[in-house]
Amino acid sequence: MSIRPHIYLLVGLGSGLGASLRLLLSVGLHQPETLWPWATLLANCAGSMAMGFYATMVSEQGAWQVSEAQKQFVLAGFCGGFTTFSVFSLECLWLVQAGYPGLAVSYGGLSLLAWLYFVFVGYRLAKRYSLV
Amino acid sequence: MNTPLSLTAVEGLLFFLAAASGGMLRFWLSNQLSRWLGMALPWGTLAVNVSGAFAIGYLAAWLLAGANSSLWLIVGIGFLGAYTTVSSFSWQSFSFWHSGRAARAMANVGLTILLGIIAVAFGFYWGQG
Repeated sequence: MSIRPHIYLLVGLGSGLGASLRLLLSVGLHQPETLWPWATLLANCAGSMAMGFYATMVSEQGAWQVSEAQKQFVLAGFCGGFTTFSVFSLECLWLVQAGYPGLAVSYGGLSLLAWLYFVFVGYRLAKRYSLV
Repeated sequence: MNTPLSLTAVEGLLFFLAAASGGMLRFWLSNQLSRWLGMALPWGTLAVNVSGAFAIGYLAAWLLAGANSSLWLIVGIGFLGAYTTVSSFSWQSFSFWHSGRAARAMANVGLTILLGIIAVAFGFYWGQG
């Protein structure tokens, strides 16, 4: 399947919007005295939940049938730009460098479990919503 | 709430454009890699996350020398932040597990975390020169 140019533009638009929301979240939740990266964790969990929900709703068995462009705007665009793996990995490294290897392992491990849990929550919500 | 967002209009626009470019590059690369390498694992997502972790480590170390916060904001948080993704990773891992391919789900999770952490550390130490 070849991807039409307008889908790329929509993915770019969604990604810009998602990343801007992530930036606002990191500014809003910024606490100088806290090492724990709440903003990244929150963005990644919320983005995983949104992905689990929307991807299920627009799947073949889902209640919402939308165009490929709309699907990719939300999934690859917004959810993809809102969540971030690179910043997460750097935060793990920073915690190690700051002398808190235990905190780094906790942050990494808990993040991973939380992402997978929230994608599952999103999936379950979509199933409950679409199958009456 | 106590930190004001001191961002000029130009920086805000550049942030948006950088994040849009990062997302489009991720979308293109993921599609290409799944076409070339198949769907046994989500190779595209793995590749963007590992390469993005390497790049952000390198950038962070490089910028430590002469702190330029707007370059970090635009390229680090904007471009590389949007180039990588957690939502697709979570969804793909969950989909494997949910369709009875638990080994693939675990391989995806393990490879992403292991290679991602190695990549960011390697990028950081390489960036220090």
